[in-house]
Amino acid sequence: MGKKLYINTTINGEAVEFLCEPRQSLLEIFRDHLGMTGTKEGCNDGNCGACNVIIDGVLMNSCLIFAVEAQDRKIVTIEGLASPQGLHPLQQKFLEHASLQCGICTPGFLVAAKALLDQNPDPTEHEVRHWLAGNLCRCTGYDKIVRAVLDAANVAPNTETSLQSSN
Amino acid sequence: MQNFEYCTPRTLGETFDLLGENDCQCRVLAGGTDLIVQLRQGALSVDRVIDIKHLPECKQLICDPIEGLTLGATVPCHRIYEDKAIVDTYPGLIDSIAIIGGIQIQGRATVGGNLCNSSPSADSIPILIAYGATCEIVGAAENRRIPVENFCTGPGKNILEKGEILVAIHLPPVPKSSGAHYLRFIPRFEMDIAVVGAGAYVELDDEGRMFNKVRIGLAAVAPTPLYAREAGDLLKGREVSDESIDAAASSAQSIARPISDMRAPAEYRKHLVKVLTRRALWGAINRARGEFVPNAVQNNDQ
Amino acid sequence: MAATSNSENGNGNGKYKVIGTRPIRHDGLDKVTGRAVYGIDQNLPGMLYGQTLRSPHPHARIRSIDTTKAEALEGVRAVVTADDFSPAGDDEVISLVEGVFRLTHMRSNILAKDKVLYQGHSVAAVAATNIHIAEEALRLIEVDYEILPYVEDVHEAMREDAPLLHDDLTTEDFGEDTGTKSNIASHTQFKIGDLEKGFGESDVIIEHEFKTASVHQGYIESHNATAEWKTDGQLTVWTSTQGAFGVQKQTAGILGIPVSKVKVVPMEIGGGFGGKIPVYLAPQAALLSKKSGRPVKIIMTRADVFKSTGPTPATYVKVKIGADKTGKFLAAEANFAFAAGAFPGSPVWAGAMCVFSCYSFPNALVDGYDVVLNKPRSAAYRAPGATPVILATETIVDEIAEKLGVDPIEIRLLNAAQEGVRRVDGVVYPVIGCRETLEQAKAHEHYRTPLNGPNQGRGIATGFWVNAGLKSSATAHVNEDGTVNLVEGSTDIGGSRASIAMQFAEVLGLPAEAINPSVGDTSSVGYTELTGGSRVTFATGWAAYEAAQEVKRKMMAKAAMYWEAPEEEVRFEDGIFLHATDADKKLSFKELAGHLKDLGGAVVGSGTVDPDYGSGGSFTTCMADVEVDPDTGKVTILRFTMIQDAGTAIHPSYVEGQMQGGSVQGIGWALNEEYFYSEGRMQNASFLDYRIPTCFDVPMVDTVIVEVPHPGHPFGVRGVGEASIAPPPAAIAIAIYNAVGVRLRELPMRPDRVLAACLEKLAASH
Repeated sequence: MGKKLYINTTINGEAVEFLCEPRQSLLEIFRDHLGMTGTKEGCNDGNCGACNVIIDGVLMNSCLIFAVEAQDRKIVTIEGLASPQGLHPLQQKFLEHASLQCGICTPGFLVAAKALLDQNPDPTEHEVRHWLAGNLCRCTGYDKIVRAVLDAANVAPNTETSLQSSN
Repeated sequence: MQNFEYCTPRTLGETFDLLGENDCQCRVLAGGTDLIVQLRQGALSVDRVIDIKHLPECKQLICDPIEGLTLGATVPCHRIYEDKAIVDTYPGLIDSIAIIGGIQIQGRATVGGNLCNSSPSADSIPILIAYGATCEIVGAAENRRIPVENFCTGPGKNILEKGEILVAIHLPPVPKSSGAHYLRFIPRFEMDIAVVGAGAYVELDDEGRMFNKVRIGLAAVAPTPLYAREAGDLLKGREVSDESIDAAASSAQSIARPISDMRAPAEYRKHLVKVLTRRALWGAINRARGEFVPNAVQNNDQ
Repeated sequence: MAATSNSENGNGNGKYKVIGTRPIRHDGLDKVTGRAVYGIDQNLPGMLYGQTLRSPHPHARIRSIDTTKAEALEGVRAVVTADDFSPAGDDEVISLVEGVFRLTHMRSNILAKDKVLYQGHSVAAVAATNIHIAEEALRLIEVDYEILPYVEDVHEAMREDAPLLHDDLTTEDFGEDTGTKSNIASHTQFKIGDLEKGFGESDVIIEHEFKTASVHQGYIESHNATAEWKTDGQLTVWTSTQGAFGVQKQTAGILGIPVSKVKVVPMEIGGGFGGKIPVYLAPQAALLSKKSGRPVKIIMTRADVFKSTGPTPATYVKVKIGADKTGKFLAAEANFAFAAGAFPGSPVWAGAMCVFSCYSFPNALVDGYDVVLNKPRSAAYRAPGATPVILATETIVDEIAEKLGVDPIEIRLLNAAQEGVRRVDGVVYPVIGCRETLEQAKAHEHYRTPLNGPNQGRGIATGFWVNAGLKSSATAHVNEDGTVNLVEGSTDIGGSRASIAMQFAEVLGLPAEAINPSVGDTSSVGYTELTGGSRVTFATGWAAYEAAQEVKRKMMAKAAMYWEAPEEEVRFEDGIFLHATDADKKLSFKELAGHLKDLGGAVVGSGTVDPDYGSGGSFTTCMADVEVDPDTGKVTILRFTMIQDAGTAIHPSYVEGQMQGGSVQGIGWALNEEYFYSEGRMQNASFLDYRIPTCFDVPMVDTVIVEVPHPGHPFGVRGVGEASIAPPPAAIAIAIYNAVGVRLRELPMRPDRVLAACLEKLAASH
């Protein structure tokens, strides 16, 4: 009972295999076994969104997924947002709008916002706020996060910009 | 979390073999948004987790004008509200499933899981009751179909016997001049558990003036979600009016027996039953009359 | 005075080149790509995972703890209890910025010795090869408790027949030990003028009682600590903290070892708001590491964060204010009790300083009580103590204005605190920006825009926080490419690397990007007090300013060396080194840096400061528009504007961020957040049921930055971290009154409370 299972999955476009116990969450595997600590743990019960990942195109909390369920799935984490050519427009806009203070919730917000823009490239403020309601931020009051997402939506897809000062 | 065996049966037969083993505490996994939390808290014990997401019977999602809606037990909420036909045909269902947790919960959570978790405050159950939905329960020996209102038997408890699983939920077809609406009261605007939930389904006459049929479901006001049968029945044949709706809302209120807890005092919940029943009925009536009633998926922005 | 709305691009009024601009923060890239390493992310070879066993009871005597079964579980490497503490120094105290604490109290909050004093009080800790085994081991520890009567209400705790938490606690009155055994830890009193005379001359006197529930800081990263205690006696702690030196001092004291044996590495920190000043886990992890010989990491569960770590005190506040016919305030009296939790130390002193801080009161009296009861030890939370007392004062000010028919902003302007006004605690204000925030409110388009619906209302309130100075250090060294590495001692909790680096850059005429700021650990930077008290940009920025001045002097000397000229012939203007007489001799900072390798040793500059803040403090005025659903009592925030005096805004985006964050925390405190207790146990210890605002609950938060420069700071900085949380609950209470005619005097103003008040009013009118 409870024997370890060998899981094959795809993370940020790369084939990844790992051995895990059934009780281990995907979040735990990322953070404690794969060295991928960009996905954050905030509550471990699906109420803060810090551990958001996109699995087969769908936004999910990685704390509420057993790692064994990841077999044959395609997973995108915060580490997969930027490309060697530069940041994702959302990352760039978060920097320009000062949308982070402590930054612990930022990976979860970015992943959630990416999932939103992937399916709704031109959301209203209401839609952005509704979509992001499962992500808690205690620092910013959300104003600058919402503005950054709205602004990123205006950036044409695939025109990823490089990091530079807005000054 | 205690360790357990994880199984992914591909057929119902395999599932029943796994479920039937003696002295093996089994839990069925669909979306896991309740199960994993409960296992982590140590609120449940388990030897074997059976992931039924690979069973074809549980994955079906069919919206048919004659047969109604077949909702496989492991279909996640997002698949339901991404289906245009369902959004247009069963907006009352959409009202509820688009407010269960955040978007990331809706990516995993299932209506089947919401039912089997059998929380008194489950958002999807009142509207399923209102729609007159039934549960398709399959076991190794026999299959049965029972109305949703008879499914839950207490907080976290339901009629599933050892060896049985919920495979699908069936919503009847909806005639023209019908409408449904679910709403809940929460202190925030998203992410809370319902303090009170109310779902209503109405069928009106062709002029949209008289009630032909009304069903009302309630959440978080009793140990199980409630079917407010009398409240609905008393509207049958009556005119749509503030007065008749008030009478139904009072009737719904009279069967509510809420508790006081950290989410709200009982007295306040009791008050809300009336307010929400009224609002749910008006939402259903407006939809039956062809008017637009927004929800989390279809809002005024669009 | 300058004012910048967040719709404008602040440019620091042209006086500065870098200050007032909005560069991208230096640590931003790592934080948007997931590369930044927070305390919870720490991983060391051979690391074990720790977990803590906590009391299920609010008050109980520990008869025995049996850890043998847990120790026998495969994978468990160490189990510790209070018996593992060295008893050395049990009669000593630790002096921290927030106060002086008994070592026995601090130790007993880390691991309970004889008694558990609240649900969630830690009893034992386990280290194992993975987190699941550690959790299983906790279930195998057997604790024999003798249940004791508990007390959870502040007034009940003050009664003579209340269950006493501590055998050795006696009341301190005005700093004198009375010798009386009681749950009342201390009584603080401030007084000015002649109260009787003031009330005697008043035409209007209004007095009310207010209550607020405990609320939690709600940072998204849980408490964590990783410790490695090597056999040579050297302990290293990696943790998310608001002050590495504070962790060093607390951990060393609790473990009974010299501070020199403890190195604390501050990791990136996922929020704090005052809650990550106290130490909870580092001593447990250290003891487990010592016993196991392995590094040990503990991350608190979210439920334990709620049950066991500092919420704000619940409060009871009574305020009475008298005014003459014109609205001029003549007298004020406050009496309040703060529920400190299981150990003394709630911010009574701060509440006393803040309660009447926004106005001139010639006659005033404040009595404050610090009371222990069976709940977790309270901790600082953004402007600690201010929000509950400001709620009381501002609500009463609004009532006086209403009674006299005076505009709510005019009555505040009439009485506004300003330079020369003496506060009740004796402080005489220097130049402050209270009046200016009110004037900006009056001029704001929000104030003039009519509401457009029934059951809507607007509320205005003013708030204050004292702000701190305290010790800070920074060290810089110049790189040969003209950039500068700047090591500073303040944990960067919200963009302070940027605001500190910008002040450094301003001195040297460099762009912000030329500075590479980093946060030092306790062995690599000079002593620096906590990130708190709105002090980092003020004090650590000042230390950076001093370090830059030293770099400037040394670089001028290097220029002289390069030109083979006397030092007094070198000038530094606009970032260029000039020769006083030879116009051809000119070097940019970068050019000169390139020559440093041939000019002797490296250029290093350091700054250490310990400024007296000068009690200027920061003032805020906010406006809230609400709509109340009369059928359910639910309040919607329609519009919100926050106005704050920043002195000088170094990085306006992060100033706005502080204002917006404080506003939304204030909104949460006002409407929904609370510790809900039943039978001594918290019932809502999760982000599901402890309802902090989501982005769907709030609108955009408009900001106006007022700049009344602090006369005591080189760039006029005031610090903006906290004052924004003080007035929102008051503004919302007033807005609810203006919407539906009911005054709420208890936080949170939950829907059921608003509805009950509305129904009561309806019943009274029939």
